[in-house]
Amino acid sequence: MAKPMHPTPMLDQLESGPWPSFVTGLKRLANDNDIMVDLLGQLETSYETRKGYWKGGTVGVIGYGGGIIPRFTELKGDDGKPLYPEAAEFHTLRVMPPPGMHYDTDTLRKFCDIWEKYGSGLIAFHGQSGDIMFQGCSTKNVQPAFDEINEMGFDLGGAGPAVRTGMSCVGAARCEHSCVDEGRTMRTLVNNALDDMHRPALPYKFKYKVSGCPNDCMNSVQRADLATIGTWRDDMKVDQAEVQAFVADKGRKYVIDNVITRCPTQALSLNDDDTLAVDNGNCVRCMHCINVMTKALSPGDDKGVTLLCGGKRTLKIGDLMGTVIVPFHKLETDEDFEWLEELATEILDFFAENALEHERTGEMIERIGLTNFLEGVGLEIDPNMISRPRMNPYFRADDWDSEAAKWEEQKAAR
Amino acid sequence: MAEAPRMPIESGVPEMDKYLHPVLKKNYGAWSWHERPRPGVLHHVAKSGDSIWTVRAGTQRQMDVYTIRKLASIADEFAEGFVRFTIRSNIEFMVSEESRVQPLIDKLTAEGFPIGGTGPSVSMISHTQGWLHCDIPGTDASGAVKALMDDLHNEFVNEDMPNRVHMTTSCCQINCGGQGDIAINIQHTKPPKIDHTQVANVCERPSVVARCPVAAIRPAMVNGKPSLEVDEKKCICCGACFPPCPPMQINDPEHSKFAIWVGGKNSNARSKPTFHKLVASGVPNNPPRWPEVSDVVLKILHAYKEDAKDWERVGEWAERIGWPRFFEKTGLPFTKYHIDNWRGGRANLNASAHIRF
Repeated sequence: MAKPMHPTPMLDQLESGPWPSFVTGLKRLANDNDIMVDLLGQLETSYETRKGYWKGGTVGVIGYGGGIIPRFTELKGDDGKPLYPEAAEFHTLRVMPPPGMHYDTDTLRKFCDIWEKYGSGLIAFHGQSGDIMFQGCSTKNVQPAFDEINEMGFDLGGAGPAVRTGMSCVGAARCEHSCVDEGRTMRTLVNNALDDMHRPALPYKFKYKVSGCPNDCMNSVQRADLATIGTWRDDMKVDQAEVQAFVADKGRKYVIDNVITRCPTQALSLNDDDTLAVDNGNCVRCMHCINVMTKALSPGDDKGVTLLCGGKRTLKIGDLMGTVIVPFHKLETDEDFEWLEELATEILDFFAENALEHERTGEMIERIGLTNFLEGVGLEIDPNMISRPRMNPYFRADDWDSEAAKWEEQKAAR
Repeated sequence: MAEAPRMPIESGVPEMDKYLHPVLKKNYGAWSWHERPRPGVLHHVAKSGDSIWTVRAGTQRQMDVYTIRKLASIADEFAEGFVRFTIRSNIEFMVSEESRVQPLIDKLTAEGFPIGGTGPSVSMISHTQGWLHCDIPGTDASGAVKALMDDLHNEFVNEDMPNRVHMTTSCCQINCGGQGDIAINIQHTKPPKIDHTQVANVCERPSVVARCPVAAIRPAMVNGKPSLEVDEKKCICCGACFPPCPPMQINDPEHSKFAIWVGGKNSNARSKPTFHKLVASGVPNNPPRWPEVSDVVLKILHAYKEDAKDWERVGEWAERIGWPRFFEKTGLPFTKYHIDNWRGGRANLNASAHIRF
């Protein structure tokens, strides 16, 4: 364990400055870990040449087909041998954290002990999909490292064309805006799809994310194939005495400029006695006024979720936001959670059967149209699913009358 | 007979109960309101009357075990043995007595962890990995983020921006870093250089052809071997062909640049969620500290801080003042590349006589 350090003049320049330096951390590990000595050598080379030197491959654990990100060095000498042999294999284990990414210190220390024993000693909290990333492991140590992490009660996350690790916000654990049990919702969704997570066989990745309110701290609208966002359908709650106290403290101008006129649907008005009038029928649950006046305003009592489907980033057809597929559903009782589990299964099955290779749900819906998707998964249309009706005349409506009759029937049934 | 291999316990996402601070567990789903007594500190009050103070600190995200153990020791000695991480890799310590807040802040500060990232501040940049681990990176997001967060330290530890600023960085155009008020993403400017000796060995050619957003790739025989060719006039240099086919070498030390985007927003607060918009490109990929990236970011942040109203996010500010004024105030050049010509691009043109003078 006494391999000398390679010179790293470029990386050294990332040790100065007030922000914590990962380079200092890598060097500390390199004091007694040869993997890190050579990792620093390869990384410094990348900084010099501005090129990456890792390629993928096939590395896994017994019983699973995914969850490990294999990395083999491509930085080799003329003799075909790795220039930095101790880091020639630098695989990552993706491990799913508890909802909300809470830890006791004992768990963190056990992670460290395992990773010091089998890996490089470098752990990322967390990757962009929400995994704990145990970075830097040889092929032979992947299995024993996983076994010990698995015995602690942790499981591998997703990689490749599979259900991916989910994320849920801090929510009910510490946030008064929470409209749903985010942790239970995320566990319901992901743990119901573990086969599709651990044995990748989908057209492409599929992500669940859960935010407890429309502030959407988990970025679910643009990062999740199925976004679950907490909301409420009764009136928002107003403590008028606290409103008056807020106005007295901040002044009327502040309240008018930062609360009243910022309402996207002009649903707020400040009364002459400094109480607040709310047009709840036109409130779109955007959260702004509640964010500003945390003590005076809060979500209503009749809470539930809005579901959106199809969020993703650029490739291949361009950015897509998720769009509404369920405007509101209660999510409190066991039956509610069974409903969610069944719907998520329908959507996943439909995706598995109908998406093209390397196509996300958003692209599939773009290709086949939202109404075909809704019909395929058994959801009713709803005007909350659109920003506005179509603007082009390119449709064929032989059965307009029966479709209009359906709407009247639904209306009567409500 | 050989011993049967150990099969995984397919336990999925663990239950959170045993990892939760006792005050959070006790008041689960029953919180009343919160305030921010100072930057980096949240005070939540439960309906039961219980209080919890959260101290938020920045981390380097990919941490060595010594750093993690240090944070665990701080949690044991100065907090109450529990931590959590935010989506932007900040660590949060929770204490049930207000008197424990300052000693915790002092200890974290002494150990080099900046306290902040709450309310109208610039929080930690959510980022991808880069040269340390990724197989397709154009840059090293961890390094660029470290350099940038050094420059944005004051903006992290203070709450003096108009509203929160969420930044992201991505090492390729797949943009795993996601949408941001300001997003810093690799933008390739040259078509892939093809290693024709390797294509037939490592690529499934039809699926590479299918990945191209502009149908610029077609199968071809090159030097007697099956390979692929790229119509370089059509190619938009997105790099989509590179992950399924590494011989389509898109990364270029000189011609892989950074583009800067603004106005991504995931929250529904006030306006509906929005995607980020291109404001600058051609920014050099210049390790180890990427000073040209900081220059552009600081220009945007400075103009935003000067001109935006309270609670306006970067994108909301730009939409209110109009994009001509955005380019005027930031001093960034407006080019033909800012005009969208991808499918649906007409929706981004000004179909009105609304002009500011």
